[in-house]
Amino acid sequence: MKARDILPLALLLGALALTPLFASNLLLNFLVSALIIALGAQGWNLLGGYGGQLSFGHAALFGTGAYATAILQTTFGVNAWVGFACGIALAALTGWMIGFLSFRARLRGSYFALVTLAFAEVLRILANAAGFTGGAAGLLIKLEPSFANFQFASRAGMLWVVLACILGVSLLTLWIDRGRFGAQLVAVRENEDAARALGVDVLATKLRAIALSGAITGAAGGLYAQNFLYLDANIAYGTWISVEVLIAAIVGGLGTVLGPVVGALALHGVGEVTKGLLGWMTGVDLMLFGVILIAAVAFVPAGLVGALRRLRMRRATP
Amino acid sequence: MYSLAIIAEAVVNGLMTGAAYALVALGLTLVYGVLHIVNFAHGALLTCAMFAVLGMEQLLGIGPYAAILPLALLFYGLGYGLQRFVIGPSSHGEDRNTLLVTLGLSIILENALLAAFRSDTRSLGGEMGFDVVELGPMLLSRPRLVGCAVALLVAALLWLLLARTDTGRAIRAVAKERFGAQLSGIDPRHIFAVTFGIGCACLAVAACLLLPTFYVNPRVGNAFVLVAFTIVVLGGMGSVTGALLGGLIVGVVESLGGLLLGESLGQLGIFLIFILVLLFRPTGLFGARA
Repeated sequence: MKARDILPLALLLGALALTPLFASNLLLNFLVSALIIALGAQGWNLLGGYGGQLSFGHAALFGTGAYATAILQTTFGVNAWVGFACGIALAALTGWMIGFLSFRARLRGSYFALVTLAFAEVLRILANAAGFTGGAAGLLIKLEPSFANFQFASRAGMLWVVLACILGVSLLTLWIDRGRFGAQLVAVRENEDAARALGVDVLATKLRAIALSGAITGAAGGLYAQNFLYLDANIAYGTWISVEVLIAAIVGGLGTVLGPVVGALALHGVGEVTKGLLGWMTGVDLMLFGVILIAAVAFVPAGLVGALRRLRMRRATP
Repeated sequence: MYSLAIIAEAVVNGLMTGAAYALVALGLTLVYGVLHIVNFAHGALLTCAMFAVLGMEQLLGIGPYAAILPLALLFYGLGYGLQRFVIGPSSHGEDRNTLLVTLGLSIILENALLAAFRSDTRSLGGEMGFDVVELGPMLLSRPRLVGCAVALLVAALLWLLLARTDTGRAIRAVAKERFGAQLSGIDPRHIFAVTFGIGCACLAVAACLLLPTFYVNPRVGNAFVLVAFTIVVLGGMGSVTGALLGGLIVGVVESLGGLLLGESLGQLGIFLIFILVLLFRPTGLFGARA
């Protein structure tokens, strides 16, 4: 890794870490929610952006991380941080299992998108009907702010934890991006047969990517549970999260380290502004997300980060 | 245990619901077969069509059966325009882009309906939904029986269109060999849009048949879209007869599942079929080996 790779990352995350010095609680709440989505989008990006496997069901991973974190605390009295770690592991396992079933059946492209969507829906229906998830009434984590409980009296605490996760995942992504595994992943994305002919174990590469992706998106789910202290099946396994992480990653820039973070912040910024202006229209922010998704695919396929990079390169080589 | 009569009634009811499902799936399978894309906006477009039926009845006083022809034409035009001017140009000919663009469309349509009509659930009202026909020991709902008949008729018409007309031949040519078709003077962009338009027209017909017995809200399409995907996958992507049979099977499974497991878990059966078929027989029961 060179200093040039880390500089934008350090600048962006450093600036965000300093916001509690001047920002209101309202702004901090916004940042925490947007950054949790950003973390989930980073997970999606690893599989969808680098690996080229478009998942429409990342809610399955997000929800598993969220439910495991919450249930281990409330039902089994496990320490919240341990619960969070278990949530990450379980989400990784869920990702691996979904991947094992669907990649072994050679599902690709729209088939893979559909089967992931169906897995998420099955989990949503089960979580809505089962007893230990609190069923349709949902699950409440008791409010007891202390570091050991993974709950913070000030908004800054949660912001820093989320930023620390994003920093860790960004470094991991950067390392993958520059390393052998990243090259294999991109080879699989561009041409599976050619990758196989070059000796890349396609199935193993995809499985590693979906398990890592599951761990990261599961972490976002665990953070969501700790931040809002409430879950139900439509939140944890709902389509909204699958769609938001996907749009954030695409708008920000597929297969880039910072794209998902930039995308999630931009998307949620625009969403909040439109809700402020046109709040009487239900769903106006989501409508705009749809427009942004189509516009991004049509006009800025490289995403915000990709477009910036191209601009900089054009300036460097006159 | 359940008596034979109850089970028989559940099966027949399932067959009738399945016919409506099949109609929704026909449009989807046609678009998949020709354009090789999964149209994620299919459910949202169905919701639009259902609101259009409601609007025809309440604003113009035109009943759902009289609305079939005008709405089918209207939605054909809508679908043609969507594919020709939105989906086609913005996907740059890449399948995964089409997937994302139709996903974006579905989000836009669903939330536009939500903004316009709120999340209230509406229905046509009136006596029509409770009209029944006696058939031996069974009481069958008349609008569903009509729906079943029309669905079969539409499937037959669609088959005739594909098999016997010039447009149908052009559609099949583009589906099989796009560049070859282009060389013989067919404009694939036009044919794509025509196919998408026909898919949307199927939705409009389905909406007219569904509305007498179904409710509408801005999210109702979601309930149908995964069911329709299941049917299409079960019947083999792109196969008309497959969609018809798949629809009937799914209708019966849902009806029996609902009877034996209760409403919310009954849905689970559909998703499980979906996943199992995708994993073990992705070409469907009637599809050719890919």
